[in-house]
Amino acid sequence: MISFFLALVSANAELFITLAKILLLLFIVLTVNAYLTWFERKVVAHIQSRWGPHRVGPHGLLQPLADGLKFLFKEDPTPAGVDKFVYYLAPLLALALALTSIALIPFGPDPIRLFGRDIYLGITPPDLNIGILALFAVTALGVYGVALAGWSSNSKYPLLGGLRSSAQMISYELALTMSVVGVLLMAGSFNLKKIIEAQAHHPEWGLFGWNVWPQILGFFCFFIAAVAETNRVPFDLPEAESELVAGFHTEYSSFKFAMFFIAEYTSMITVSCLCSILFFGGWLSPFPAWWTYAHYLPSALLISFGLWVIWDGIRYETLFGRIVLPGVGTVITALGALFVLLPDVNEFIQAPFWLLSKIFVFLFVYVWMRGTLPRFRYDQLMAFGWKLLLPLSIMNVILTSFAILAKMQWWGAK
Amino acid sequence: MTAQLAVFFVLAGLAAIGAVSLILQKHPIHSALSLIVVMIALAGLYLLLGAEFVAAVQIIVYGGAIMVLFVFVIMLLNAGIEEHTSISKMAGAPGLLLVVALAGFVAATIARSTESIQATSQTGELASTLGISNMLFKDFVYPFELTSFLILVAVLGATVLAQREKS
Repeated sequence: MISFFLALVSANAELFITLAKILLLLFIVLTVNAYLTWFERKVVAHIQSRWGPHRVGPHGLLQPLADGLKFLFKEDPTPAGVDKFVYYLAPLLALALALTSIALIPFGPDPIRLFGRDIYLGITPPDLNIGILALFAVTALGVYGVALAGWSSNSKYPLLGGLRSSAQMISYELALTMSVVGVLLMAGSFNLKKIIEAQAHHPEWGLFGWNVWPQILGFFCFFIAAVAETNRVPFDLPEAESELVAGFHTEYSSFKFAMFFIAEYTSMITVSCLCSILFFGGWLSPFPAWWTYAHYLPSALLISFGLWVIWDGIRYETLFGRIVLPGVGTVITALGALFVLLPDVNEFIQAPFWLLSKIFVFLFVYVWMRGTLPRFRYDQLMAFGWKLLLPLSIMNVILTSFAILAKMQWWGAK
Repeated sequence: MTAQLAVFFVLAGLAAIGAVSLILQKHPIHSALSLIVVMIALAGLYLLLGAEFVAAVQIIVYGGAIMVLFVFVIMLLNAGIEEHTSISKMAGAPGLLLVVALAGFVAATIARSTESIQATSQTGELASTLGISNMLFKDFVYPFELTSFLILVAVLGATVLAQREKS
């Protein structure tokens, strides 16, 4: 039996590796989503001088688990008069498309060698020729989840929310796509790996070689349009709770609501990945290449964070916290120490470390905006998208094209 | 049967089922959803032929932008379930004849030109992003620009119509 299974695996190794990667990424993304809700509640709470979740587990760290259980065990009534098929399809579509988009992100340039095979970080190989286009194709379909949910609920507020979201996503998708064209012109490729490599032409410049400097206008348009695409504050009009109850997902409860929730957080992660890759050098280190001691920064950060968790943990109020927090801190510190002791591993984790740190920074910005910015009015939203963002992003395309042309003409650079 | 052929039949079947369902569905939204299935199945077929760029653009433009607008308009007008009338005899008999004629014509064309179809299915360089942009901006730049001008005229026309209603 076991030998048969082994033969099956070795015959279809590529297939099984991909399957394993999909399951692993799914697990990681869902866990990160769960803790993103905790992180968001904590940060917004501290912005508003509150404690945030604090009761379930030390520092409220088990709150996502409790929330997940609540979503699973809540009653799930289907309102009368809904279009059953579309009503069930909408959350599935939203979640599936959000998770598909994250499968197209490469998380590192170098493969790991396991069982005699090169395994890349990320589900698709990093040099997918139409990388960014494929991502836009998937996100372009994302609007259906929201629009169909609003329509199929057969209720006034969801319909208004669905209409708003379709209009908003159509309007901002133009600016989103146009703002990336500058980056594509500079890299000369749709390939996400090549876009990152184009930012490493001058390794001695460090972070000054990134696209964000020449493309500051593009980044401005891209980030705002992307926030609008993910329906987050200050563009969360499809679910504006003071006007539309809960917008498009008013009639959804229990796990169907959770699916919309996970989809929203997953698209936040995708947008953060895209911002880092397109404008902030992806997995490139912000330091010049000759600063070799910067390679110990991940370890230093991990060790100091681990020590802080231990120090915080031994003084925690509850006995559970006094046991768990120092334990977690020890694991983190040990991980940091491991990276110092194994130079090969340390070299390998550089790229994913920088990409993940940048993603984390963007997720923090998302939460920060939610804590500080008021919601747009609907006409302001439309005017902003059509009259400011779209012209600016088109201007960025023209300026970038002329700059590249001038460079080719006068300096003869390729 | 190779894997490529199997994928082709799955996608082609999906496109055909979507197209039939588009006609048979009673509610406009369900018809629009069927059309989206057709668009995405077609994008899959393009991908199978090695035309990555066309496949992505097919989903972005047809699956995303255009169909979102369709769904948006159907939602905005709150279109209800269609009333199906029985087909009139005058439309039925010639329609059936035309269907048979069209099917026969397509089948005959395919049967006569199997070799050239197989030859053109290896697109390679021509369907790459570089090949398409070379064609659009070098070989066919004037027709391409004229088409975009046509679209601009259509946009202006729509704006004029909308403005007249307001005043």
